[in-house]
This record gives sequence, C-alpha cells and structure tokens, in this order.
Amino acid sequence: MNWNEWLPLLVVFSSLIPGLVIFGLPEKNIRTRTALNMFGAVAKLALVVWMLWGVYNEYHFETRLALLPGLDLVLRAGPFALIFVTLSTVLWLVTTVYAIGYLENSPHRSRFFGFFSLCVTATVGVALSGNMITFLLFYELLTLSTYPLVVHRGTEEARRAGQTYLIYTIVGGAMLLLGTVWLYNLTGSLEFTPRGFIQAIALEHQAALIIIFILLIGGFGVKAALFPLHGWLPQAMVAPAPVSALLHAVAVVKAGAFGIIRVVYDVFGVESAARLGVAAPLAWLAAFTIIYGSLRALFQDDLKRRLAFSTVSQVSYIALGVAIAGPIATIGGVVHLVHQGIMKITLFFCAGNLAETLGIHKISEMNGVGRRMPWTMAAFTIGAFGMIGAPPIAGFVSKWYLGLGALEAEQGWVVLVLAGSSLLNAAYFLPILHRAWFCKPPDSWPQEHDFGNNKETAWALLLPPVFTAGLALAVGLLAFAPFSPLEWAQLIAKREFYQP
Amino acid sequence: MPATFMDVPWSVLLILLPLIGGVACFLLPKLIKILGVLSVSASALAVIGLAIQLQTHGVLRYPVGGWGAPLGIELYADGLSLLMLAMTAFVALAVSVYSAGYFNDQQQHRFWPLWLFLLAALNALFLSADIFNLYVTLELMGLSAVALAALSGTSAAVGGAMRYLFATLLGSLLYLLGVALLYHSYATVDISILSQQVTSTTIVWTATGLITAGLALKTALFPFHFWLPPAHSSAPAPVSAVLSALVVKASFYILLRLWLEIFDQVSETAESLLGLLGAMAILWGSIQALRQTRVKLLVAYSTVAQIGYLFVAFPLASTAGINPWHAVAYLALSHALAKAAMFMAAGNLLRFGGHDRIADLDRVVQRLPLTVAAFALAGVSIMGLPPSGGFIGKWLLLQSALSQGRWELAIVMIIGGLLAAGYVFKVLGRAFTQAELPHEAKTVPASMEWTALLLASTAIVIGFTATDIFTLIEIGMPFGNSEVTP
Repeated sequence: MNWNEWLPLLVVFSSLIPGLVIFGLPEKNIRTRTALNMFGAVAKLALVVWMLWGVYNEYHFETRLALLPGLDLVLRAGPFALIFVTLSTVLWLVTTVYAIGYLENSPHRSRFFGFFSLCVTATVGVALSGNMITFLLFYELLTLSTYPLVVHRGTEEARRAGQTYLIYTIVGGAMLLLGTVWLYNLTGSLEFTPRGFIQAIALEHQAALIIIFILLIGGFGVKAALFPLHGWLPQAMVAPAPVSALLHAVAVVKAGAFGIIRVVYDVFGVESAARLGVAAPLAWLAAFTIIYGSLRALFQDDLKRRLAFSTVSQVSYIALGVAIAGPIATIGGVVHLVHQGIMKITLFFCAGNLAETLGIHKISEMNGVGRRMPWTMAAFTIGAFGMIGAPPIAGFVSKWYLGLGALEAEQGWVVLVLAGSSLLNAAYFLPILHRAWFCKPPDSWPQEHDFGNNKETAWALLLPPVFTAGLALAVGLLAFAPFSPLEWAQLIAKREFYQP
Repeated sequence: MPATFMDVPWSVLLILLPLIGGVACFLLPKLIKILGVLSVSASALAVIGLAIQLQTHGVLRYPVGGWGAPLGIELYADGLSLLMLAMTAFVALAVSVYSAGYFNDQQQHRFWPLWLFLLAALNALFLSADIFNLYVTLELMGLSAVALAALSGTSAAVGGAMRYLFATLLGSLLYLLGVALLYHSYATVDISILSQQVTSTTIVWTATGLITAGLALKTALFPFHFWLPPAHSSAPAPVSAVLSALVVKASFYILLRLWLEIFDQVSETAESLLGLLGAMAILWGSIQALRQTRVKLLVAYSTVAQIGYLFVAFPLASTAGINPWHAVAYLALSHALAKAAMFMAAGNLLRFGGHDRIADLDRVVQRLPLTVAAFALAGVSIMGLPPSGGFIGKWLLLQSALSQGRWELAIVMIIGGLLAAGYVFKVLGRAFTQAELPHEAKTVPASMEWTALLLASTAIVIGFTATDIFTLIEIGMPFGNSEVTP
C-alpha cells in the first residue's frame, strides 16, 4: 500500500472516527471521551508533522476517489493546504484541552465533542481539498457541524442565533453551488491549479466569469464575514467560549478566507482576476470591512461582541492581501491567516476564562481584573498588542508584509487603511487593558467560582491561553526561523502561487 | 457462481414470495411478525439474486409459464428496474422491522397481509414489460395502499384515505383509457413493440395525454397533489413512509418508462409543460412545507416538492443526454431513503411526545438523539447538501439545466434547496430548546429509532457511490445510447 496516497484521507479520518465514536458514548464516560479526543488530536498532529516534512522535501500526497463520472473527490497536501491544516490541528489540540476544562460538569458533552470533532474534520477537509467540488462538500459539512455547537445551550436566544447563522451560511452555500456548477459547465474542470484554470475562456466568457467570481466570493465571504455578509458573526457569540474561539480563529471564518484565496489564486489566477477587473473591487470591499469592523467594535460593551467585530475587521486583512496581488502582499495575507488565528483564539480563551471564573461578560465590569487573574490578562495583553500590530508580536509581521506588498504593487492607499485600522485597534483594545491593569477592582465579582487554594482558575482553562499567547510571541520573534509561518508562507508564494 | 443459482427465476420469486407471505400471514396469525419480516427478507435476497443475473447476462426477459410476448406475460428487468427493485427491497426491510415495533397486536393483523400484497404489486410493477400488466399492478398497488392509509381507523385517516382512493381510481381510469387507445391502434400492449411502431398521430397524442395525466395524478405532481398531504400525514408512520418513498415512485417509474420508450418523440411542448409543473411543485410544496406547524404535514408537503425535481428533468433530457435521467434515478433513490427515514422519525416523535407540533418538541435532541439524527441526516439529503445522494442528483440536474441555459429551472432548484433547509431546520432548531409545558414522554423501541437512522445514513452514504450505481443502472441502457456529457 502506498502511504502517500492515503495520508490526506487519514488526516481527515483522525478526527472523524473519534467524533463518530464519541457520539455513541454515554454521558458519564468522561475518561474514554477525553482519551479519544486527545488521541485524535495528537494522532492528527503527528500525521500533519509527517506531511509537513514530506511536502518540504517535495513529496506528493494525494487521495483521489471517484465521486461522479468525470469528477473526483480529491484531497491533496500542498504547501498552502498544509499551513491551514497545521493551524487547525494545533489549535484544535489546544481548544480540546480548553473545552474539556470549560465544559466540566455541564450537560450533553458527548454531543458537544462529537460535533466539535466533525467541525475540525470539515476544516481539515476544506484545507486539503484539491478541487472545488471537494471544497464544497467539506464547506457545507462545516456549516452543518457548527450549527449544533452554536445552539448548544438550547435557549431561545441560541436557537435564534443558530437560525441567523444558518440563513447566512446556507444562502452562501447555495451561491457557491451555483457558481461551481456554472464554472464546471464553462471549463469542464474544477481542479485547483496554480495560476488558475480559466485563462482559456477568459476572453470569450468575460461577463459570465465576473458573475461566477461574485457568486464564489459571495459564498466564501459569508463565512469570512466580509461586509455586508458579516451579520451572523456577532450573534453567534451566544455559543460556549471554546466554540467561539474555534469559530473565530480557525474553523468558520478561516475556511471562508481560505476559500477566497483559493478562488483568486487557484481558480482564476491573479493575472486573470486583475484582467477581469474583479481584484480591485475585492480589495476595496476588504478595506472597507477592515475599517467598518473596527468602528463597530469601538462601541461594544460586551467583551465577546467587541472581539467578534474585531474578527470581522481582522479577517479582511487576509482578503486584502490576496486582492492586492503581488508576492509580498500575498505572503502578508497568508501569514495573517495563521497569526490572526493564534492571537484571536488567545483573546477568546481569556474572555471565556473571565466569564467562567468571575462571571464577567462586559468590558465595564473588567476594572482591576488584572490583579485577580494576572496570567489570563497577561495573555490577553499579548493578544491585544498583537492585534494592534505592535512589534515583535505576530500581528506586526503580517501588517508589515501587507504594507510592503501594497507599496510594491503601487497601492499606497492600503497603507493608510492599515494605519487607520491599527489606530482603531488601539482605540478599542487599550481601554480594556487600562481598565484591567490600572483601575481599582470592585468589592465583589459578578459571579465568582472558587477553584481552590487561591488558584487563578482551572489549569485546563489557564494553560491554553498562556500557550497560544506564547506562540503569538514566538511566531513574531522567530519569524525567520525555518518552519515558521512566515517562512512557510514564503514557500507557498514561491512554490505554489507564483510558480515559475 | 453455480449454474443452478443463475437459473433460479429470481424475478418470479420476487412477486411470489411476498404473495405467499401475505397468505401465510392470514393462515398463521400467531407468527405474523416473523412470517412478515421473513418474506420481506426473502424477497430482498431475491433482488440480490436478480442483480447478479443481470450483471452476468445483461437485460432479463422472462416469459412466465413459457408464453412470451405478445401473447403471454413477459417479465422484463434492466438497470432501471433493478434500481427500483433494490430501493423497494431496502426500504421495505426497514419498514418491516419498524412496523413490528410500531403497531399494536390488533393492527399487526391488518397491516402485514396488506403490506405484503403491496410489496408484491410493487415488485410486479417494476418487472412488467407491457402496459396492461402495468395497469393491473398499478391498480393492485393503489388499492392496498389506500387500505393501509386507512389502517388506524381515525376519522382523519379515513378522510385522507377516501380522497386518496378517488384520486388513485381516477388516475388508473385515465391510464386505462390511454392503454385502450394504444391497443386499439397497434394491437399490442408490449412496450418494446409499441416503441418501434408508435408514430405521432392524434390517437397517440390523446393516449399520451391521458396516460400522463393519470400517472401525474397518482404521482401527486402539482397541481394534482391535493390528495397527498392529508393521506400521507394521517396514515400510520410506516405506511406514510411506504407511500411517500415507494408508492409515488412506482407511478413515476411507469411515466418515466413510457416517456423514455414510447412517447419520447411525441411532443416537446408536453415535456416543457411537465418541467413547468415540476418547477411549480418545487416552489409550492416547499413553501407549504415551510408553513406547516406539524411535523408529519411538513414532511408530506416536502414530498410534493421533491417530486417536482423528478419532473424538471423532462424538458432537459431532450438535449442534455443521459445526465438528467441519472439525476432523476438518483433523486428518486435518495428521496425514497430519506423520506422514509423522515416519516419514521416523525412517527417516533409522535409516539414519544403524543403530538407532532413543531413548536412543542421540547429538547427531543437530548431525549431521542437517534431519531433527531435520522431526521437531520435525511434532511441533509432532502436539502441536497453534500455529501448525500440528494446532492449528487441535484448537482447533475443543475449541470444539465445550466448547460442548456435553462436558468429559470436552475434558480428554482436552488431556491427549492434553500426552502428545504428552512423547513428541515424549523424542526431541528426546536429540537434543542425547551418547550413551555414539558410533558410526559412514552418510550420508543430501539428498533424504531435504529431503522430510521439506518435509512437516513444510507441516503448520505450513497453520496459516495454514484459511479458504481450508475454502472448498475446502465445495464440494458434504459436511457438510450447517448454518452455521458461532462
């Protein structure tokens, strides 16, 4: 048996199988469930490390199964696929630890962890998809597996949030389906190809291709929370914190952003997208979303909602970097996919800790919380400074490359957008930090849980944000070390997107 | 494969086994469940035998009693018949296991003989080679289906069954008139002989119209769907499953067969009309489903919508080659699996809470997880989301519509999918929340939950086996000789 042929499928199965088994486990069987969760997460990580090494040495990993006459289910591990797979796998492992701590003693954990595993399966499937139909398949699976997580609490509010989420994502999925079928009819192919596969018909079917581009970007833009398709994201905040963390940092929004990159680079190709005149409007829309999200974030008092609007803004950096087109901006966009994930998951973990430990949900309740939970707030501070783009944290690296790339592509206005966004980021993050570190704590917290002998909070809740904050610092400081996200993004640009 | 195995007349056994089983159920009422499940299993095995025969020898023609067409009765099976027979066998097996847990003792005695006669009629229908034989099986099927629909004896069920009876009798009558006209002109009822002789004359036109109208009425194509929602929603759950999954498919199968073989050159206007009605059915059925407040009515209206997809293929097939027909075959198959699963799940909810009001479902996702999972998986296929059989069918149909520039049909299909998501999640969303008045719950036997889940999972799994199933359907090339267009 040729391992290289089955490795991508194994990576998908390493969370699918544990997930399906977990559904069947009785609620009380905590030990087996935890063991299965951790086994799946660690096994996936091991497989991914193996693939990373292989791809670095230019091995070819591809699974191909017949789906329809003439259309295959293709899972292919290229450099770009792997950056997203690695991000999902690492953050899934961390989030699993966090979720085990967060949901301790809460009901329906088998259901929760089952869908949690399905969600990661879908994300990794999205990353590894080698053609549009495979992408579509996992993209819809992602919608379906995240819905039960959003409505997990079973309140009327959760049901409504779930409904909003579905309306956005199902309509987005329908746009995607229409665009994909149309594309297939025109080109007879759906295979992701470096520099795109539509050149041959670009002149003949110009109008059709523009509409297809709009349909596809619209379909992905829903999940990537591109304005005006972002409405579901703040509402979905009703979900438990680990879900928000995963939704925002990895699974849902990133699948959308990843899809946009695939469409621009591997379906249309940068040159064709520019020639069709569709890249520039995408850049404007992304820039607008960046500013809009930041402005909305300014006026939120609910911590998770502020973080949600911050996500709306930050994810559009990726789309912006892609739409500017040019190797350096691309590197900035791709690397931000990873950096934003690490920083945002840190912030959400911290928000979850505050809610779980002290019952704090609002920013106005955060006075002096740094003294009560120093480690959590230290992690939060690193994440927040990263988001603002302060060196040497990860966010600085992405902004630097985006700015350089914009100048290289002679699009100076982008630098203004980046600067404006950084200012706004500072304006909505610094007051939080000021409150937390410099204001006087209140006499009692809204709803304090005691975790015993003066501990800040439970270990399973504290370690994940501290780890990811360290990671955010490390990928910024060691940006030029081998196998760092930045180095890998450069490898992607060189080998895949701007393939000679 | 031993030669004797290949010589067994599996096709005849497919008709005889359920009939014998039905009679045995009358004679030995104490063993009724065992006999029932046994004869359904035996006929499922006969389908496997027939499949092996077909794969080795190709198309099967079996002269019953040694008398072939045009004088005697001939049985005929190709890939399309095989698909319908296999679908019937699989759903029938699940329905039988489900029914053994569903009915009380008294109802068991009424259910099994009727159900086994219905199964025999279905099998005979899919094996018939002439249009008169099809009429006989159609009538047999219709009558046993009506009796089954009235089984529970409630006033709603009897009312629904009465409407159903009138619709089905009128449909058969129209069909028979058409058959008489064709027989009068060509002196034969054999489909293959007719297909060579039929020309575009007024009589053929009239016959086409009568037969199509009759079968459309029986298939509940919009606007002839009025009888379906009351009949399907008031029948006992396993019966609703059979009616929606198999019985409407049987009359559709006849329509499909006759259009493929006899009426294909008759009229393009008629094809467009069928397509238009199909599109209307998708929209109307979906909107009605969305408006319902009870699970079973919602599922029944969803059937009206899903039948629409089958008819949308007719105007596409004239130029798009084989794809629309493959889409139809796949949609019929996945709808049969998914809809049976949905009705069974609805039956479980009804049993569990004593009602099927959507707004009062009360956290059933915790309390009946398998049932809700079955409903959700079946819903995925009904919505046409990947990975599922419904997605494969919808993809092929969309592809055909776009390749011919039939945008209006493509848009209707997309909207139909969105509306379907709306009504499926209308139920699923309530499964998570708590009802205002929590109520006492009755237990549901595990067999009833698992059979629903099995059917629903199969509807998902066939999303990955399309190429194999298409190879199977192509035995005898029921859709003509055209190549698969990419």
